[in-house]
Amino acid sequence: MTQEKDLKGYWKKNLQYLSVLLSIWFTVSYGFGILLAPWLNNFKMGGFKLGFWFAQQGSIYVFVVLIFIYVFLMNRLDKKFGVNEEDA
Amino acid sequence: MDVQMWTYILVGITFALYIGIAIWSRAGSTSEFYIAEGAVNPLTNGMATAADWMSAASFLSMAGLISFMGYDGTVYLMGWTGGYVLLALLLAPYLRKFGKFTVPDFIGDRYYSNTARTVAVICALIVSFTYVAGQMRGVGLVFSKFLEVDIFWGVIIGMAIVFFYAVLGGMKGITYTQVAQYCVLIFAFMVPAFFISMQLTGSPIPQIGFGSTVTDGSGMYLLDKLDQLHTELGFAEYTSGTKSMQDVFFITVALMVGTAGLPHVIVRFFTVPKVKDARISVGYALIFIAILYTTAPAIAVFARTNLIETVSEQPYEEMPPWFSTWEETALLNWVDKNEDGIINYAPGAAIVGAPDIIRDGLDIRRGANNQVMLSNEVTANNNELYVDRDIMVLANPEIAGLPAWVAALVAAGGLAAALSTAAGLLLVISTSVSHDLIKKQFNKDISDKAELRYARIAAAVAVVVAGYFGINPPGFVAQVVAIAFGLAAASFFPAIILGIFYKKMNKQGALAGMIAGLIFTLAYIIYFKIAFPELNIPENWWFGISPEGIGTFGMLINLVVALSVRSFYPDPPEDVQEMVEGIRYPR
Repeated sequence: MTQEKDLKGYWKKNLQYLSVLLSIWFTVSYGFGILLAPWLNNFKMGGFKLGFWFAQQGSIYVFVVLIFIYVFLMNRLDKKFGVNEEDA
Repeated sequence: MDVQMWTYILVGITFALYIGIAIWSRAGSTSEFYIAEGAVNPLTNGMATAADWMSAASFLSMAGLISFMGYDGTVYLMGWTGGYVLLALLLAPYLRKFGKFTVPDFIGDRYYSNTARTVAVICALIVSFTYVAGQMRGVGLVFSKFLEVDIFWGVIIGMAIVFFYAVLGGMKGITYTQVAQYCVLIFAFMVPAFFISMQLTGSPIPQIGFGSTVTDGSGMYLLDKLDQLHTELGFAEYTSGTKSMQDVFFITVALMVGTAGLPHVIVRFFTVPKVKDARISVGYALIFIAILYTTAPAIAVFARTNLIETVSEQPYEEMPPWFSTWEETALLNWVDKNEDGIINYAPGAAIVGAPDIIRDGLDIRRGANNQVMLSNEVTANNNELYVDRDIMVLANPEIAGLPAWVAALVAAGGLAAALSTAAGLLLVISTSVSHDLIKKQFNKDISDKAELRYARIAAAVAVVVAGYFGINPPGFVAQVVAIAFGLAAASFFPAIILGIFYKKMNKQGALAGMIAGLIFTLAYIIYFKIAFPELNIPENWWFGISPEGIGTFGMLINLVVALSVRSFYPDPPEDVQEMVEGIRYPR
């Protein structure tokens, strides 16, 4: 396999990760926190109405988790395609 | 010891700390001054980014704002955190790989055009100056409230401190001071939150506390109780809010995208050694930010409940001592419309405009119940209480009856938040001038030493200008924070994203897009916020989008214009396309 082809594969995989993670990002914040919030507010978790919780708490936790998942996936991908900086 | 004494001690200790760090970390080269030589540990950078990002507004005003907005406060909570996902996934790693000093650097090189660079510099300067004036004002306010120093001298002291470590240490000095400032501000924010959460709900963790039951034995959930209080007084339910859904959506997008496009935030990720570090560093930053941002909505609920329970339908004479303290500063006032001596709290403004205390000579004029008298015209509704939203965080420790040192800690925390953000912004201003204008455009052969000298002079001038605006804020400063985010969203963000992800984007497209987004957004905000503020009501907005949310629309315009103009002009030169290819891979 040529170097060129390798890099194309790396970028394609990166874009795949991005689209999946950003879809989750959108669904949780804009979906659960805003668009579906009035409906989710019919359900409760402890003292929180669910839509309200996603808007003011849940979405922020999910943001943090998403970044760390991306870091993990990309570090693995960097190694797999041999573009990680340690080997430089 | 009283609050003032404690404040002097705590503020004195923290300022000495900042100065000590500044002396220890002086910058010797432009690389040290601009990006701390790109040698900052990712965890350290995460913490510095958190302090850089969390301003006087996040620390002092946000919880209070949310407290009055209820669910609508979501726009700030999600808007000012969600952008970090975009930063980590779409911007930081690639810009780190690009490996230069500033955002205009990237725009200028990527679009092979000094015009593009200049447009980017102008955006960076407008965004940063708007923002920094607010920080200086915050410094002045804390000084005047807690230390009874004039706002003028408060701002001067703040300027002197920032001047010292930003001009001397550049990015290196700023980074390590910001780490210290983060520790101060987060400690100061959390301590009262723990205490109050414990008092109200029996749970020390505020994030859990505000979803728990209240300790008064009723077994009711705190949020249900607050919703009930709101409904009884005629307010909308706290957990539902009053803004339209599309406006909440657009404001949140504008704030998120704006955050990801703010030059003083982006530039922090130029300071770590590797691409990998840039990614994880954003993650650390968001953890540190999330600690404050998930606590703020809890504080908002606690403060709101405490306020309503303490004042609503209670006789003025039974108010605790803090009530009269804040009355005298014209931040919390009561007008006895029906002359029954009882405080009625209801929706709507109690008085016309901001409170104006009547004085007879030096003495404050008192009413029948010994309340502070105002010269303002009263409104026709039955609300009798004026509450400035900013006091919710400042007065919270007193309202909850916490010891004096906790209130003093809040003052030190507010200063840390304002100074750390101001320093980051001043650095952007100074690098824009010394690097993007002088080095890249006017005097390409300038020596490193001379460039460093210009950077310091630019920083010094910027401190003075920021201080001037802090002392004499243009009347509209509070309203134009929207400009900073709107402009970042409508100009930088699309240009950078297209620059990384669309290799064939050329300079004509990018420039046309940036200028279209910029002009549209500026025009809309100026029209509603400055030129015709009386027209600023939902009926007049386009598609029901407020000026705060219009940056989202500006961003879409930028994208559409950029993509259509691009197709009429040739692709970018080979070497630029290769550069774009290059930043996509860590090695």
